[in-house]
Amino acid sequence: MRQMAAGIAFLLVTSIQNAAQVPYSRIVNAPQEPGSWLTYSGNYSAHRYSPLAQITPANVNRLRVLWMYQMNDPNTVETTPLIADGVMYATEPPSVVTALDLRTGRPLWTWQRALPRDLKTIGFGRVNRGVALLDGTVYVGTLDAHLVALDAHSGALRWDTTVADYKIGHSITGAPLAIEGKIITGISGGEAGIRGFLDAYDAKTGRRLWRFWTIPSPGERGHETWRGDAWKTGGGPTWVTGSYDPELRLVYWGTGNPGPDWNGDGRSGDNLYTCSLLALRAEDGALQWHFQFTPHDDHDWDATEIPVLFEDRRNGRARKLVAMANRNAFYYVLDRTTGEFLVGAPYAKQTWANGLDEKGRPKLLPNISPTAEGTLVYPSLQGAANWFSPSFDPVHNVLFAAVREMGSYYYKTDPEYRPGMMFTGGGERALDGDAAYGAVRALDAITGETKWSFRLQSPPWAGVMATAGGLVFGGSNEGNFFALDAASGTPLWDFQTGGTIEANPVSFLMDGKQCVAVAAGHAIVVFALP
Amino acid sequence: MYSDGLFLFVIAASLSAQAPPPTSSADLLPGRRIFEGQCAPCHGIHGEGGRGPTLHVSRLRHAPDDTALADLLQNGIPGTGMPGFFLSEGETAQVSAYVRGLGTQPAAPVSGDAARGRTVYQTAGCPTCHIAEGAGRALGPDLSEAGARRSLDYLKRVLTDPASTLPEGFLMVRAVIRPGEEIEGLRINEDSFTIQLCDRDGAPRSLRKAELADLVREPGKTWMPTYASRLSALDLDDLLAYLAGLRGTP
Repeated sequence: MRQMAAGIAFLLVTSIQNAAQVPYSRIVNAPQEPGSWLTYSGNYSAHRYSPLAQITPANVNRLRVLWMYQMNDPNTVETTPLIADGVMYATEPPSVVTALDLRTGRPLWTWQRALPRDLKTIGFGRVNRGVALLDGTVYVGTLDAHLVALDAHSGALRWDTTVADYKIGHSITGAPLAIEGKIITGISGGEAGIRGFLDAYDAKTGRRLWRFWTIPSPGERGHETWRGDAWKTGGGPTWVTGSYDPELRLVYWGTGNPGPDWNGDGRSGDNLYTCSLLALRAEDGALQWHFQFTPHDDHDWDATEIPVLFEDRRNGRARKLVAMANRNAFYYVLDRTTGEFLVGAPYAKQTWANGLDEKGRPKLLPNISPTAEGTLVYPSLQGAANWFSPSFDPVHNVLFAAVREMGSYYYKTDPEYRPGMMFTGGGERALDGDAAYGAVRALDAITGETKWSFRLQSPPWAGVMATAGGLVFGGSNEGNFFALDAASGTPLWDFQTGGTIEANPVSFLMDGKQCVAVAAGHAIVVFALP
Repeated sequence: MYSDGLFLFVIAASLSAQAPPPTSSADLLPGRRIFEGQCAPCHGIHGEGGRGPTLHVSRLRHAPDDTALADLLQNGIPGTGMPGFFLSEGETAQVSAYVRGLGTQPAAPVSGDAARGRTVYQTAGCPTCHIAEGAGRALGPDLSEAGARRSLDYLKRVLTDPASTLPEGFLMVRAVIRPGEEIEGLRINEDSFTIQLCDRDGAPRSLRKAELADLVREPGKTWMPTYASRLSALDLDDLLAYLAGLRGTP
């Protein structure tokens, strides 16, 4: 008996010691490995879709909690855990990485960064959304704007690179993206007047390989869309993880708001490349194309939502597309090889544009800019979507989105730039309470047409995940973790977690059994069938 | 980019090194402009109170000093309707100075007799639904600090036109279990799948929406009757004087 136990222990240890050998090829082929969750959005196309089908509309109401992992930090938990080879790699606020035994949720190791005492997070909470895995290494960005590589077996530090100076408002909250030999990371700081960028680092050494500045300097193309020195504090952060096409070798990444957020008087022009989708060459970070969703934004409508890659297989050929359910309440489809605008349609209430022109540029309605007295506009500052993830079902070409239906009074004040301080020039008063609500919507990915909508009590901060079993999982502010019928939106199961859900679900196999996990309150909760 | 958190604006700004607050009326003007745009919708155009409490008090309950007030303006008050605001350090100081100035304004004179008002409070049936001085039933709002939190005008409006003063999130609902069987109650909590009510007896009721025949929302409705015609002008003044004197325990 003792020998058997030792044997089992050996097998477990072996399994854990083999953990997280995740070469690039495994991430490229993630859809063929549905038992794992190897990158932030599940695959490079950012589908957040599980090909697992053990949990179905017929049995989902039998889901039970398998284990929970409790965190100690009081800040919001926004992590998307990654799963590889029997280990879950999760982040905890403020800048903590924990490896958990997938079978029990017991911690294997924890790495914590001692944050500087003078660290301020300007315009957002002390959060982290997840790690990247590549080969035997775990990568994480920190609130003080470092990119760190940890040994996947032990959590020991391999390298630590300073990405930018936290003292002037730079920070990292998003999960890095690991591609072949490179770690891509974005930056936060859109409320602090930073000049945004997207970086690539050598996965082995931490040496920076390239930087793409999202605000062009004098002489660079796009600089003419700024006035005077406004570009120096022009914002354009890159704080949510993008997607990647290994065939085109293009990185797709959204950019955030121009600074100051709500007073555009000093930055007349389109303010490129803010509120845009960038297609950058993985090799050297060169701009292949860009598409700006909200030129000269003055509502803080970052375009940092997840760019979802998919193919239109109608007409006998597969056209490579990218879609984004944007914070500005329009759903966009572009050709991802060329950046050509194909479709744009509202998917939530909006009162700022009379549609889009043939190039996808919004036809602005009058009197929508912030004022000292307040201007009521839909969507609110937080947008119809935000950082939380949509999900794409590649079998039915349906995009599922968690949607916020809320308006705001937008205010304008006089901005004053001081390094390391708020630089926003206004604010908002959201029409919350019963005037606001949320939804999970199923959109025809090619046309943007809404196929069904499931109403949520309040505008959500949780993403969604569809599965091949025919389900869409989502979460609510009120703590409900729930499953909808992917075909109809009919609610099939819900569980009260007791904590606000501000995270994205994932799915994986544990001992051959499909599990679904989500962070809720200050815990990670894992569900499975009995 | 703001994104994180339901109650937004979680800004860990350092606020210790602020300039001395401006005091002249010209200095107060920028703070007043921000106040009138962003604070007045809840606190009243002159800070007299409305959906939010009156600011015409010498000591703000949640902000006893300037550091606390600045922190509150930037981060809000968790668990209340008070959000944080995107204000720079300078703007925060401007609004703080203006709000502090509101506290020096003399309170509206109370004409009634508070002692007599206490009797009116009892005989008019207020303790049936409210708690004051530790006694009564908590079907309606706790009045223990009514005078500290609300202006006299606001309290008068509550008594004479209660439907116009319902707080954010206040909602009466009628849950139809099946035709002919209904529960009317005050919503305690609601999510996408369930609702919890306080029924007329003050008892909590828990219902799953999928099991209801109908859930009728009654915005603007309240169990609180108007006392405009139920009480004489004299009684009303005395009752107001009593309520204005309710300031909780120090």
